[in-house]
Amino acid sequence: MTFDWLQRYWPLLIDGGLQTIALLVISVSSGFVLAIGLAFAMVSGGPVLKGLARGYSTVFRGTPLLIQLWLFYYGIGSLLPLVPGLRQSFLWPLLREGFFFAALSFTLNYAAYEAEVLRGALLSVPRGELEAGQALGMNRFTLIRRVWLPRAIRTALPTIAGEVVLQLKATPLAFTVTVMDLYAVAYKIRQDTLLVYEPLIVVTLFYVALTALITRAFGIVEAQVPIRR
Amino acid sequence: MTTAASIALDVEDIHKRFADLEVLKGISLTARRGDVISIIGSSGSGKSTFLRCINLLETPDRGRIVVGGEELRLRPGRKGSLEAADRRQLERLRTGLGMVFQSFNLWAHRTILENVIEAPVHVQKMPRSAAIEKGEALLAKVGLYDKRDAYPAFLSGGQQQRAAIARALCVDPAVMLFDEPTSALDPELVGEVLKVIRDLAEEGRTMLLVTHEMGFARDVSSHVMFLDRGAVGEEGPPAQVFGDPQTARCRDFTRSFSGRQS
Repeated sequence: MTFDWLQRYWPLLIDGGLQTIALLVISVSSGFVLAIGLAFAMVSGGPVLKGLARGYSTVFRGTPLLIQLWLFYYGIGSLLPLVPGLRQSFLWPLLREGFFFAALSFTLNYAAYEAEVLRGALLSVPRGELEAGQALGMNRFTLIRRVWLPRAIRTALPTIAGEVVLQLKATPLAFTVTVMDLYAVAYKIRQDTLLVYEPLIVVTLFYVALTALITRAFGIVEAQVPIRR
Repeated sequence: MTTAASIALDVEDIHKRFADLEVLKGISLTARRGDVISIIGSSGSGKSTFLRCINLLETPDRGRIVVGGEELRLRPGRKGSLEAADRRQLERLRTGLGMVFQSFNLWAHRTILENVIEAPVHVQKMPRSAAIEKGEALLAKVGLYDKRDAYPAFLSGGQQQRAAIARALCVDPAVMLFDEPTSALDPELVGEVLKVIRDLAEEGRTMLLVTHEMGFARDVSSHVMFLDRGAVGEEGPPAQVFGDPQTARCRDFTRSFSGRQS
């Protein structure tokens, strides 16, 4: 076992870690917002909205994330240059990067899973607590914003924590579309140094540390609002 | 005495049907300011449904609801029953009808004080500091000031119900609606909740009280309504309904309770 390569490669490892964290934070936060809309469409939307949300969830949960990522990267990615003017626009530096497609597909995929979690949580909020809000004169929006959604999120927190960890472990797929995330850095170090295990061991420690961090953060949030059953 | 201004709540001819079951067959009720009206009757007589029709948690099929002289505008809804023609008006009138539920229904993700100040701050747009002051005073009144930062799950049923009463009071409702407020409580906790309700009655609050506590209803009510299979079986002052019921069904009902309650 030799670890002297760390001296040369640690800046690259840090960059990779930041890419991984960026992918995770972007996909989880924007995916969560999308999931809220999807969950409410499933729970209280009309037949059309409900059908669309269900269809979305089925497609994105029912196909491998790797294939979704490639469909975006090679499919849409190859069509984008054909859009007139796009290559000259300020967006192009973003749109030509694999990172953009990784973040996009991770977001859409995470939203599909999270929507199902939220749907269950929304349905589990006792009807009486919603009626209490209505009886006090809350309008629909206030009821959702102040009672229904926060109450559901509180219920779902442990599940959401699990989903975020799963999402972290999905991020190495970004490597396949040229993103230099943690795993990609490990791959590069292995190529350069011909060391098989050591780089993998180091990135494993990175992932474990990130998971511990996520679990801890959710633990703190959960402790803020104790719920006893 | 019954001038328009003195009438807090006027409900006329409420009908409600669940599929084939006719739950309410035309019930009317008028509450003047300061009235305490108890609604009694056996399970399934429609008393809770009637109460819930007043603030449209249940939608009546027919009827008229006037709160403080303002008629709630209703129109036929999609499912055959009536619905509010104007959501804003419904929300405003609901704020004036403080409801207390059998199962408390405190919001589990908010502390007791947060529960109490939620509607003043987010419905009535009262400044938060003023709402806190008011909420704390109400919690002190129901004996829960020291529990203001606790979460509902950590309180006993009686404490939760007293907190729920404080929550309903904090928006200054003109009429309080109690839907079997003590039915979900252990017997030893019933007293503390009834005491709070009794205090409110003595303050001159207008209240509708659906209850199985016959002794209490007899004590605090100015008027008692006995519902029987979706219709008014008998009504009048408590001394009459409990002491000298005119109908056989009301007599049987009140007598079945007299053995075990004051």
